Amino acid sequence: MTTASSIPDRAAPDRTLLELRAVGKRFGAREVLKTVSLEIASGEFLTLLGESGSGKTTLLRLIAGFEQPTAGEIWMHGTRLDALPPYRRRVNTVFQHYALFPHLKVRENIAYGLEAAGTPKAEIAVRVREALAMVRMQEYAAAKPAKLSGGQQQRVALARALVNRPELLLLDEPLSALDANLRKQMQSELKSLQREVGITFLFVTHDQEEAMALSDRIALLRNGTLEQVASPREIYARPATAYTARFIGQTNLLEARVETGVATGLDFSFPCALSDGPALFSLRPEAISLIDDTRQPANPIRFSANVREQTYSGATELLELQTANGAILRARVPSTGPLSGTHSFVFCADDAIPVRE
Amino acid sequence: MYSRTYRRLVSVPPILWVALFLLFPYALMFAHGFWSVRDGAIVHSWNFANYATLLQNPLYWQVLLRTARIALSVTLLSILLGYPLAYFLSFHGGPRKELLYQLVIVPLWVSYLVRGYAWKTILGSEGVLNGFLHYLHITREPLPALLYSPFAVVIMLTHIYTPFVFLPIYASLEHIPRPLIEASHDLGASARTTFLRIILPLSLPGLLAGATFAFVLSLGDFLAPLLVGGPSGTMIANIVQSLFGAAYDWPLGAAISVCILLFTLAILSFSERLEKRWSFE
Repeated sequence: MTTASSIPDRAAPDRTLLELRAVGKRFGAREVLKTVSLEIASGEFLTLLGESGSGKTTLLRLIAGFEQPTAGEIWMHGTRLDALPPYRRRVNTVFQHYALFPHLKVRENIAYGLEAAGTPKAEIAVRVREALAMVRMQEYAAAKPAKLSGGQQQRVALARALVNRPELLLLDEPLSALDANLRKQMQSELKSLQREVGITFLFVTHDQEEAMALSDRIALLRNGTLEQVASPREIYARPATAYTARFIGQTNLLEARVETGVATGLDFSFPCALSDGPALFSLRPEAISLIDDTRQPANPIRFSANVREQTYSGATELLELQTANGAILRARVPSTGPLSGTHSFVFCADDAIPVRE
Repeated sequence: MYSRTYRRLVSVPPILWVALFLLFPYALMFAHGFWSVRDGAIVHSWNFANYATLLQNPLYWQVLLRTARIALSVTLLSILLGYPLAYFLSFHGGPRKELLYQLVIVPLWVSYLVRGYAWKTILGSEGVLNGFLHYLHITREPLPALLYSPFAVVIMLTHIYTPFVFLPIYASLEHIPRPLIEASHDLGASARTTFLRIILPLSLPGLLAGATFAFVLSLGDFLAPLLVGGPSGTMIANIVQSLFGAAYDWPLGAAISVCILLFTLAILSFSERLEKRWSFE
């Protein structure tokens, strides 16, 4: 967008825009969302991540107003949002399959929201032109949606939503219908677009890589409850639960027993700060390295294991290890060439992150 | 994939069917239109006398005009009844959608004649409607104009053709992806704007198909005027029927049929062209 005046103030990033207060939704006997509470800051790019059936799309539809919550409240800027019909909310949606109006030209699709709001004709023309330029679709203004490729339809859908200058943009798996290459490209376009317009994005996806690449924060949903809400780095490095650790990236889960500051598992013992009792640790594959690596961690925990399988992926390779006690661990190490038989490995005790079940 | 002989063999029945039951009768009808009748026998002398009669005799024009008027009324009334019904069922049918749909379709399985006689008993001077009006003290004398009038024909034909209008409209409404409706609301459009700018334009092809059904079928109907129309409700098909029957003037009947056929074809091709322009896939 070229008019700076239209961009919401990005200087106050801590301002809460949207607040979900113990929101719940049931369809008959099926409880899809259970007391979800979440605050979204103005200008933030927040991703709702979860498997299908986790309730992420339902949550989005509650905010858009297509469904009514059966419990809790949704607030936006001090107004109760869930009492308003969808067409009264300053929220716009980019739909999974774009939902462009097939009988209207690209230009008319984009103007639709402005016309509904009674914007003066001259202003509509200007803003539609700006929106088209923003997504680089000027030359397709007079085309019907059916003539456009998936990526182009995606851009029109974005322009159609953003031209209304919503306070919050909801995106429902908008990239899932695109092929892998185009998806990567649209990801970076989406990210830079969000920075440019400064509008708060609430993005739904089941793709954890996409969530990591795009988000300021990720809210991981599982069976209708929030598992963890944190920045991509935080959620990867410090997963709170075993589910989070497994869902975001790959991990090894180590069962251990803690006694007087020492966790003892099948194959290793390492110091930890937990109180006594059973404990579960997440150890990322890349935290394990071969002993003959130059890299030597502090607090090293050494073990030897048999290399059962080796999957080469360019700069790194994934090893499947079997320890003396039969446990299977995965290690991601810099490419070393073919390995077989028993080798010595090491990891840093600090990299074993305690997680809840 | 298939042998030549096989392909030739399977094409014989359809060609035969079309030739025997379509081309031959149409050719015969077309030819009759240029012949004449003398002393109760058809004379095969080619001339335009029948078409000249049609142009000059205002009786035929009046009946044709009335027929078109009745067909138009039936079409409009069927849309007025069928569209809201289809809309309600498609968008607010709820869990009983299938059942309601079947209920709308059921009258199609009832014999045309039975429905005609049903309207006779409803609209007759001793009929259900007059009895009811009398019972409510709205009328003192039975209303004579109910039965045996163009009004009765319109009522009966509307009853018969509303399901035909309903069906294609319902199908086109069911075809509208529901996210489009949500997108419209999401972009700030009210229910009314959404209907006018999204739902109605996207259902136009179905509306057009239904309207064409109702208009063309009403245009050629002769049973409804026969049963409930009376002299003032005579339609063009009744004229054709009497020319082919009691009057024994096949050539004039054929000439009128040719005119109706051409008129119908014109409407069909017009409607098809419009439908093509209005469809978006």
